[in-house]
Amino acid sequence: MTDAIQLLVGTRKGAWIYRSDAARETWRVQGPIFLGSIISHLVLDPRDRKTLLMAAATGHLGPTIFRSTDDGETWTEAAKPPAFPKSDDADARSVDHSFWLEPGHASEPGVWWVGTSPPGLFESRDGGARWESVAGFNDNPRYWDWCPPEAGTPDGSLLNQVVIDPRDAAHMYIATSSAGVFESCDRGRTWGPLNENVEASFLPDPYPEFGQDAHFIALAPTNPDRLWQQNHCGVYRLDRPGERWERIGKAMPVEVGDIGFTITPHPRCAETAWVFPMDGTDVWPRTSPGGKPAVYRTRDAGASWERQDAGFPTEQGWFTVKRQAFCADRADPLGLYLGTTGGELWMSGDEGGSWRQIAAHLPEIYSVTAAPL
Amino acid sequence: MTVSVFIPSQLTAYTGGVTRVSAAGATVAGVLDDLDRRFPGLKFRVVDEQDRVRKHMRMFIGRDETRSVVAPIRDGDELLIFGALSGG
Repeated sequence: MTDAIQLLVGTRKGAWIYRSDAARETWRVQGPIFLGSIISHLVLDPRDRKTLLMAAATGHLGPTIFRSTDDGETWTEAAKPPAFPKSDDADARSVDHSFWLEPGHASEPGVWWVGTSPPGLFESRDGGARWESVAGFNDNPRYWDWCPPEAGTPDGSLLNQVVIDPRDAAHMYIATSSAGVFESCDRGRTWGPLNENVEASFLPDPYPEFGQDAHFIALAPTNPDRLWQQNHCGVYRLDRPGERWERIGKAMPVEVGDIGFTITPHPRCAETAWVFPMDGTDVWPRTSPGGKPAVYRTRDAGASWERQDAGFPTEQGWFTVKRQAFCADRADPLGLYLGTTGGELWMSGDEGGSWRQIAAHLPEIYSVTAAPL
Repeated sequence: MTVSVFIPSQLTAYTGGVTRVSAAGATVAGVLDDLDRRFPGLKFRVVDEQDRVRKHMRMFIGRDETRSVVAPIRDGDELLIFGALSGG
């Protein structure tokens, strides 16, 4: 017997919630929610297991945050969505979209963080109703060095993640698409780059202090001194207090490579993580290498990787899985979930050993988060 | 100044489905502020934090397009807000 799970799915055209039975065999669907809206992230607050926050925009309308406390039946818009300070500069920043929602530390109920495009960090102290700019990053004297306006990825330059040390609310990491990973030890007042030995093959100096594209970072839940990173240029691991990342993706099969958008750590084993490789050759198709989708698992902290593809198409499967669209639940046995740009939702109930499709025909999936029901 | 405002479909969730409302203000920003008091959140979906009309929104005072929120409004004017032709 496992736990019943809910999957919170954000897509280019709205949100959906899938709820399982206790065995995770059957799934009930709720949605579409805000059909037509671009939902970058939909997250349940693990502290109260009640509050849902949703980062939304549309092709026309500006970005906002919606909040629900009744399982997504009704939503209230933030009274003050994330927004940069007013400026008279001609090139003053404005939030294009909120990309990543992060519940605050367990000791800080009601606190949430959001990362935006263009790169910005914002904090709410009232459960997501009012958001304030975090000056330590957004007004940092080095901001324009770290986040130059021309460094945009296709959907715009991103502050794509906020990660908080579960042992210390003041110890934070952020990931950006223009400057790599940063660390703060004073709750966001000051920041320093944390990118030693991480490649930026698209810059004149391929190992700069900053300038990397950190697609996804994650702390190992049972060892928060261990960071996993799926970077634009490969898969890395960093064990603190060390500051030099190790390119663990070099152990991946050469014909597959270690390019991807995301990495998912095991919630109970600090040696184990999964990646979903994509094709980063020539013009960067960003699809499953060879049209053969697979996840790869390491159980020895990146020294070796094993292919897990049972259930996925064996040919002509051109999946792409975006940054927030691969996750694990905390059930036993562990469930893994991924959403594709083709609108398919896949799960494994045996730690990646086999995969089955639980939904299809959705719009392009941007995010999948799992939470207990 | 009192003006008649056309609300596009993208914003009728804020106005209870109504596409035509009256609002008061001496400038476009003033009219949007008045709308935002009655329909909280509406203004930020149309104009960003730097008071720039969002890229895929269009506004007309009568038949004249404006992208300036300080454009003056005269009594009896009509302010039309549209979602631009975009997307996919």
